[in-house]
Amino acid sequence: MKAYKNDWVRIYGVVLTPEERAPQVPEDTKNVPLEMWNKGFLIDDEAEIGDIVEVETYIGRKIKGKLIEINPYYDHDYGKCVTETLYIGRQLRNILKGGECNE
Amino acid sequence: MSKDMSYESVMSRKNQIMKDAVRIDYSSFEGKGIAFDYEKMMKEAGYSLEQMIEIQKETGIGNTPLLELKNITKLARKYAPKGKGARIFIKDEASNPSGSFKARRAAISVYHAKKYGYKGVIAATSGNYGAAVASQACMRGLNCIIVQECYDSKGKGQPEIIEKARKCEAYGAEVVQLTVGPELFYTFLKLLEKTGYFNASLYTPFGIAGVETLGYEIAQQMRQKEGRDPDVVVATNAGGGNLTGTARGLIKASASDVQVVGASVNLKGLHMASDEQFNKKSFTTGHTGFGIPFATWPDRSDVPRSAGRPLRYMDRYVTVNQGEVFYMTEALAQIEGLERGPAGNTSLTAAFSLAQELDQDKIIVVQETEYTGAGKHIQPQLTFAKENGVEIKVGNPEEEIVGKNIILPKTPDLIKARELDLIKLKKSYIKNCIKNTEVETISKEDLEFLIEDTNTTEDFVKNVINEIDNNLLS
Repeated sequence: MKAYKNDWVRIYGVVLTPEERAPQVPEDTKNVPLEMWNKGFLIDDEAEIGDIVEVETYIGRKIKGKLIEINPYYDHDYGKCVTETLYIGRQLRNILKGGECNE
Repeated sequence: MSKDMSYESVMSRKNQIMKDAVRIDYSSFEGKGIAFDYEKMMKEAGYSLEQMIEIQKETGIGNTPLLELKNITKLARKYAPKGKGARIFIKDEASNPSGSFKARRAAISVYHAKKYGYKGVIAATSGNYGAAVASQACMRGLNCIIVQECYDSKGKGQPEIIEKARKCEAYGAEVVQLTVGPELFYTFLKLLEKTGYFNASLYTPFGIAGVETLGYEIAQQMRQKEGRDPDVVVATNAGGGNLTGTARGLIKASASDVQVVGASVNLKGLHMASDEQFNKKSFTTGHTGFGIPFATWPDRSDVPRSAGRPLRYMDRYVTVNQGEVFYMTEALAQIEGLERGPAGNTSLTAAFSLAQELDQDKIIVVQETEYTGAGKHIQPQLTFAKENGVEIKVGNPEEEIVGKNIILPKTPDLIKARELDLIKLKKSYIKNCIKNTEVETISKEDLEFLIEDTNTTEDFVKNVINEIDNNLLS
């Protein structure tokens, strides 16, 4: 997929490679790079996913990174129905109504 | 000539970068060894309470409702011994512009940044503070960058943190998202150096003093409602600023007899900088992973001297388990009609248990709530826990093993505020002071400082010092 100048895109970069990580980090963290994500309007005329591009962030900074997403959007949500929680409201209302405290 | 941007080189320029970015000359408050003049720092670098109330009023902060939780109180009384069960009130801080009490802290920092001509502000935070800074910067016409620790190495992000990123962007901020690791600070320093923006740290005098208005309001509102001060105020404790600011505000309102209790979610056993354990937790703030290290060494923060010094003000420190906080979050929605974010309900959970120790005519105040939304809610947070291999059970919260399971209490009587040993934490703080400053002798000034900073006695501090090395006190 291609992105064009002024498209809103998400970029990615490695801030520190595993070798460059701080001495105090635990082993599992030291085995992986410190990675970064940011967003901006594409400055290059056009680019493919995976290309190193320059973008202008929402506040106007110019930064470089690997193009990974065009028109990025949020997809976090209200989760699934966690059935384990369903008793809580009914239990509490029942207790307040004078029902058994321990049932 | 371009600057060396390597990790070591940037870290070595830390002091200068920070000095430019907060424009506080911390050296003017420093003593020779361990001590520094805390009150002088709060006075000279900060603002007066009256000024802060004005600054916050300008951007619509404060005067949040103080609500009585009659049904939760009734519930607590069902389980309390006869005659016990204090009235529980909650300060609905979610009513602030960005949805949490953090707006108070951001207000003062951003005002200060604007006054000194900075073009923008930067904050390193995965919490509600990001949205607070973004919102305040937006109101005062400054640029804003928020740096978040958000993902693990598989690119999987905590839903709560992703929601906060969204909210920052909603206020026009740039959000830099990182994987796990303390080198977030390196990215943060590089950004400060490159942009010349103000460091809206949570730990400067402004960052802490902004919360004083919250403690002050609690006293004022309670006097208006009930004609007296509350008996206990419970504050969620992480970096120490919330508790410090609230306690200082209560003192400024002459409500010095109020017992101040810190509460944190118990995350014992999880390493905060571990990539593998990052997504094993269901709370990203208000937990012991910040609360204990910051209490026992506050100056680990992003400024040379943290203005958040919880051991000075904390009368008790309790923990609650994740499952208990989720249960109380549901309770707040289901029997009080207030749907709020889980993390903010840590102190509510503690208060529910503590109320059962107190007589019915006593008053306990939960000093915050936070907004809720996609990702930042009991369902997505528990869904995420399940996806990361954490089992959700209904049972006895005592059996909760952090990172392995979350236990929703079978009945509300199983919710317990568990005492942390404050004496042990105070000893540990004194030890850290000696270790980290590498002092060879402890002066009279140091001794006085340690007594104040731990809110203890000369005998206590001397005993702890002598336990470490009896040559330190000359």
